[in-house]
Amino acid sequence: MLNSLRKRRLVFVIVLIVSALLAGLLIICALQQNINFFFTPSQVMAGEVKVNTRIRLGGMVQKNSLIRKEGLEVQFQLTDFVKQITVTYTGILPDLFREGQGAVALGYLTQENMFFADEVLAKHDENYMPPELSHIVKNKDKKE
Amino acid sequence: MAPEIAHFALILSLCLTGLQFLLPTIGILKEKAIFIRIASPLALGQSFFITLSFLLLFFTFAQDDFSVNYVASHSNAALPLFYKLSALWGGHEGSLLLWAFLLSIWTIAFSFLARHLPLLFFTRVLIVLGMIQFGFLLFLLATSNPFLRLLPHYPIDGADLNPLLQDFGLIIHPPLLYMGYVGFALPFAFAISVLWGAEKALPWAKWMRPWVLIAFAFLTIGIALGSWWAYYELGWGGWWFWDPVENASFMPWLVSIALIHSLMLSSKRGLFQGWTLLLSIVVFSLSLLGTFLVRSGVLSSVHAFANDPKRGVFLLIFLSMGVGGALLLFAWRAKAVISEANPTQDADTIKVELLSRETAILIASALLSVSTASILLGTLFPLAYDAFTGKKLSVGFPYFNRVFLPLIIPVLILTPLGPLNQWGPNPLNIIIKRIYWIILVSVLLAIGMPTVFTDHITWQVILGLALGYWIILGTLKSFIEKIQKRRGISGLSLGAWGMTFAHLGIAVIVIGITLVSHYQIERDVLIKLNQNLSIANYVIKFQDIQPIEGSNYIGYRGHFIVKRRLISKPEEKNHLPTMQEFNDPNQYTKVAELFPEKRIFVVQGTRMTETAIDPGLFRDIYISIVDQLPGEKWAARIYYKPFVRWIWLGALMIAFGSFLAAIGRRMRTKAMV
Repeated sequence: MLNSLRKRRLVFVIVLIVSALLAGLLIICALQQNINFFFTPSQVMAGEVKVNTRIRLGGMVQKNSLIRKEGLEVQFQLTDFVKQITVTYTGILPDLFREGQGAVALGYLTQENMFFADEVLAKHDENYMPPELSHIVKNKDKKE
Repeated sequence: MAPEIAHFALILSLCLTGLQFLLPTIGILKEKAIFIRIASPLALGQSFFITLSFLLLFFTFAQDDFSVNYVASHSNAALPLFYKLSALWGGHEGSLLLWAFLLSIWTIAFSFLARHLPLLFFTRVLIVLGMIQFGFLLFLLATSNPFLRLLPHYPIDGADLNPLLQDFGLIIHPPLLYMGYVGFALPFAFAISVLWGAEKALPWAKWMRPWVLIAFAFLTIGIALGSWWAYYELGWGGWWFWDPVENASFMPWLVSIALIHSLMLSSKRGLFQGWTLLLSIVVFSLSLLGTFLVRSGVLSSVHAFANDPKRGVFLLIFLSMGVGGALLLFAWRAKAVISEANPTQDADTIKVELLSRETAILIASALLSVSTASILLGTLFPLAYDAFTGKKLSVGFPYFNRVFLPLIIPVLILTPLGPLNQWGPNPLNIIIKRIYWIILVSVLLAIGMPTVFTDHITWQVILGLALGYWIILGTLKSFIEKIQKRRGISGLSLGAWGMTFAHLGIAVIVIGITLVSHYQIERDVLIKLNQNLSIANYVIKFQDIQPIEGSNYIGYRGHFIVKRRLISKPEEKNHLPTMQEFNDPNQYTKVAELFPEKRIFVVQGTRMTETAIDPGLFRDIYISIVDQLPGEKWAARIYYKPFVRWIWLGALMIAFGSFLAAIGRRMRTKAMV
């Protein structure tokens, strides 16, 4: 017979292990569906992205590329100074979204290399940008 | 002069903190009383100089001394004085100084309020606090000095504060949040002191509890303020984003809940002392990790600052030394402490049963720890993945909901079960007799209320509401039973009051989150002047829009009239009234006039959305105007957010409850001494 303190420890350890296992399962399922890889327009054009998988597409918003369509629909181009991709988005763009500055679009690529975004993030302030984007900007500076 | 004096004061206090941990350590090892007693005066001394340096930095901001780099890059002559305060901790250097300043406040509070503790224990805590402070000051001076000058060429005016941060909530959010973060240094120091000393039968859990409760209360308010700020300031009505930085504050919050409850087990029942010590170490480690994640710039988030990698490396070393050292000490000494602390309690003399308050607390604390680990994994996974493969990815926010919710629901079920059960054995049939009607009523209410008041209902709503009602009814039931047992409400301890408030607060949050997530209506629209728009039971008219000018911005101010439909027929739900109907007071009654603004900040050229909210206990009407589009149309967000305030209200209740419990404990310890 186990005495009761041992029993309690056992219960505690079992709960810990079972919940950790449960969490592990949940994590694996949830991760598989909710990981969004980051790509640049060049990578997309090189065919690295499967059609209809959710990704993050990052780049600078091409100058003079923003077109307003019906209602809240907009179209703009994201560029990494090598290739560009046309992004379509319906909704309100963030305050910090500007042509000539960095943005990240979350969404899906279509067969025709069009990108449908359901979320657009813009850089937060003059000093800060998502690390993925600062990459692109640094490369650009190197080239210039 | 002020920045130089402040800089000097900071160096002085670095030296004093060095002495604060070195001399007493020697004192303890060599058993020299004078070196032991010097800890407290040294702590006061270093705190004084940090405070001085902090005040002088504010003075520098108030003076608009733009020759100081930090002031020049975060402030502006046109910035109102109270926003200069938020500019002070709006950047990396200032926020670190705030960290050190708050740690010195905690240190002072400890050295005055904990005088009754045994001298050696007390001194060891001060030594650990001194070490932490030393590390931070070293970091501050070596990599992030806020007092550096831009000489001889300095700007005439500053670069201005990020307009997002020019807000009342952001003046008080960082200090409160940090007060919580930094406060967890105390349980950490207590734990180290316990492990280091390994003295017999110290009631350390009793001593530690009020400090944890107070730090927890601050952290709760800090997190709630951050969420509230994001809700009204970011202009899109979200209140939680699972942003890495939010996670960084949420993880210590979750583990500190586990710690508070496990402290009860250790102090009242002498159980699981090792686990409690481990949790105290983990909570502060997570606070440090949070600071590292936010300040090192490895994360993409609103809170991260432009950064140089030196800082990240320093923090990482500091973090791994502190956490690693503490965990090693734990591995080495825990066994000795636990058996030393309970010489009489061997396994056979304690009677513990499966159905008891102890078990409820233990299971909940295991689940809280596991759910924290899953959040940690989701937060760090992108970093680790990038480090190993060089590929960038992000973990989307559905991950957190899908992993966290299933793990936290059992904890919510256990919340009222702890207080409802006694310590020790509880016969199953008696428990069932006491609670079966609570379960029944909760479920019935959870199905009934949405059926009556809304037009659709999902199982998630029923689950969320049932959990909320279950916690409320269960907590009230145990509250009433306690009153009956003590023969009157005056017999209740402040601790019992605090627990009741905090648990009810949890229920309020659960209900708020459930209702706002399922019944909110968010409409992103294009709207013209004089156009009407229907949302839930309200009709909103775009009355007017005018240009405005503020002290450091220009922009537009819209004018919206919000009216409530008096006769609500289901088929008329989306009916847009004619002008005549809209003006008929028998059909529509005015609830509010809202004036959302669009601001363009002149100095940085940043555009900002200033939302207008008609707040209510049961719903918010939330309007922000975003953009002017061709054809005299405006893009606007018009949102209906039912019960959203309950989230922050619940958080306040939790914080209030913890303060009560902390004070209660304090009064009792005083009475004993």
